[in-house]
Amino acid sequence: MALTAMDIYKVLPQTNCGDCGVPTCLAFAMKLAQGQASLDACPHVTDEAAQALSGSAAPPMKTVTIGTGEKALEIGGQTVLFRHEETFYHPCGIAIQVNTSLPQDEMTERIATACAMAFDRVGMTFGLDLIALCDDDGSLAQKAAVAAEVSSLPLVLMSDDVAAMKGALEVCAGGRPLICAATAANFEEMTSLAKQFNCPLVIRGENLEQLYELSEQAIDAGLEDLVMDSSARDISSALQDQTIIRRAAIKDKVKAFGFPTLGFAVGDDEIGKITSGCELIAKYAGILVTDLITRDALLSLVTARLNIYTDPQKPIQVESGVYEVGEPDASSPVLITTNFSLTYYTVEADTSASDRAAWIVVVDTEGTSVLTAWAAEDFTTETIAKTIRECGIEDKVEHRNAVIPGGVAVLSGELEEESGWHIVVGPRESAGIPAFFKTKYAERIA
Amino acid sequence: MPFTVPKERWTAEVQTVTIGATEAEGGTRTSTVTIGGDQSLPFLHFEGDTPYGPVIAVEILDEAPQGWPEPLAEHYRDVWGDPAAWAQKAVEEFGADMICLRLASADPEGTDASADDCATTIRSVVEAVGVPLIIWGCGNDDKDNEIMPFCSEAAARERCILGSATEGNYKTICASALADGHLVINESPLDINIQKQVNILVTDMGMKPEDIIMYQVTGGLGYGVEYAYSILERTRLAALGGDRMLQMPMLSIVGSEAWRVKEAWQSEDEAPEWGPLERRGIIWEAATATLFLHAGTNILVMWHPQAVSHVRHHVAGLLSG
Repeated sequence: MALTAMDIYKVLPQTNCGDCGVPTCLAFAMKLAQGQASLDACPHVTDEAAQALSGSAAPPMKTVTIGTGEKALEIGGQTVLFRHEETFYHPCGIAIQVNTSLPQDEMTERIATACAMAFDRVGMTFGLDLIALCDDDGSLAQKAAVAAEVSSLPLVLMSDDVAAMKGALEVCAGGRPLICAATAANFEEMTSLAKQFNCPLVIRGENLEQLYELSEQAIDAGLEDLVMDSSARDISSALQDQTIIRRAAIKDKVKAFGFPTLGFAVGDDEIGKITSGCELIAKYAGILVTDLITRDALLSLVTARLNIYTDPQKPIQVESGVYEVGEPDASSPVLITTNFSLTYYTVEADTSASDRAAWIVVVDTEGTSVLTAWAAEDFTTETIAKTIRECGIEDKVEHRNAVIPGGVAVLSGELEEESGWHIVVGPRESAGIPAFFKTKYAERIA
Repeated sequence: MPFTVPKERWTAEVQTVTIGATEAEGGTRTSTVTIGGDQSLPFLHFEGDTPYGPVIAVEILDEAPQGWPEPLAEHYRDVWGDPAAWAQKAVEEFGADMICLRLASADPEGTDASADDCATTIRSVVEAVGVPLIIWGCGNDDKDNEIMPFCSEAAARERCILGSATEGNYKTICASALADGHLVINESPLDINIQKQVNILVTDMGMKPEDIIMYQVTGGLGYGVEYAYSILERTRLAALGGDRMLQMPMLSIVGSEAWRVKEAWQSEDEAPEWGPLERRGIIWEAATATLFLHAGTNILVMWHPQAVSHVRHHVAGLLSG
């Protein structure tokens, strides 16, 4: 039975010292109740309290950190199976596979390309997260030193060979790479290396049952920073295994599966690997390893990850104001919409598809779409007229025609009075904007 | 302690629906499509059967499209303007399970084609291909109410899917579907309660649950795909949980949504950071479709032949496990 934040708060020191990284004990208790923090973070908790809370307050899935410093990657820490139930935390890390058999200049170039890859979206920059150095010629120890030198991203060291792994860790363990992997065959040695060098470790079972047993043994051996790999290497078994691991961790609180997972984008060709990668992003991989390196391919994976990991409770917003599509001038059309980023970017995309430069005036509706905002009275004659007056559009254009979404055509009469602008009713769906500009716009403006 | 696989005990399954009618059933289709019957979340074979798997409808327009990017246009330019030839190409060369015919020419803001013209187009497509059809109006309620009875009649007894019934406009399309033996698409914005409401209104008109497909507005990758993803997922959960009014199979518009996104069509000169244009739209469409598959959709409406073949391959891989 899960404890409430108040139950937990009662046994905390209640000093609000902030040593746990959260300003107050109550806030910390709320995080514990949501499985978003671990009791270990509080250095002052009494043993009795710790005992009382252990189990119920432990997050169902451990958060594991790979790397150090600014580029360190946190994965795991999930609390739900479906994003609509809350949100998915710690976006899936994208690891670019680099084989050790590559000639050194090609290897360093590939690493540099991966490290530099970045995409701008909704006003933020998104890149890749890890370099997965894959030992395909037994040279991991030598190449790890080079990779660690060149890469600004943390490393995943991929080899089942204990000597090679030890050699690699001796040169790059300071960067806290992910050791990949401990298997039934090398279990004792690999787990010892993980302990000795204090690095996170992938546990690979031949199947879920073996993974479960090995994970239990690793926990018994005192390891905490684990990543799960069930050896699923086709899209169907990957989906089954990823789902079973996540479900066991979240719903049944199975401790041995309470860790983030690793998945491989598999396919006969690049687009096959992209669809496999999208599957793993949606269905629970903590790390996605891929040998894709082209910008078009990675753009799709980074975007899919951004979308799936967007917090459904916090709509992404754009700022209220005037935006330009193309290079508008004093005679260009003016379109009005809301500040829900999806609404805005859809209007922007459709306007830009019309090959017509335009101004878009964005009204602050607290991140809701046109019809929702209208129903909630955030998109009204008053808010629209006020935005038109204050955003500066009246100085940018000579005409006074404003296009409003067809869904709120009822506002046009009052809005004309309130704003002094001639209101043109646009299409209901923004997809209709190109056709609207071709025909109706010219007929309807004053 | 040994490990036990955590299985959900679902009490219900997705409604099984068959589209298309062969000669024996009073139509002229040479093949039919059956979807639904899913007993688990998408493709979870350890938990339940996926007896039919999702299918792909290729969307065609009844007039030449405007402004399609070259990587897409090059596959269809030789047939657009001739919906029958376009439909044939989609079936014979690209392996469409169904044709989704969009009556774009009816749009009063555009060509404003008459009901007669639309019906003629439908007859030509019905004759040109043997697969089941989805017939979708132009999106203008008044005009669709004007043309749909004629369009429905032109394909009578073929057991097509007519699109779409909405909360504010469902009576005409339902009456047509009932009269001519078709199914209907119930459309709602991204709102599961409105979807349910439309389903109730439409079944109150006399439509059976096995004659209904649900469509909750979609968004492409990067432009709202996550909203559609979660609505599909929530609807599938509700269906498995036993909500009779949310058990109908679901349809997702992929092609037009994916290709609307700038990343799919903007030239490399304008956006060099996105890489070469040739593949971007295909990738965008395939990735969007993949996410919908994993959220539980049953019909994907797609555009690009290569995206179609990649997604078909992905589905085959998921069904084989």
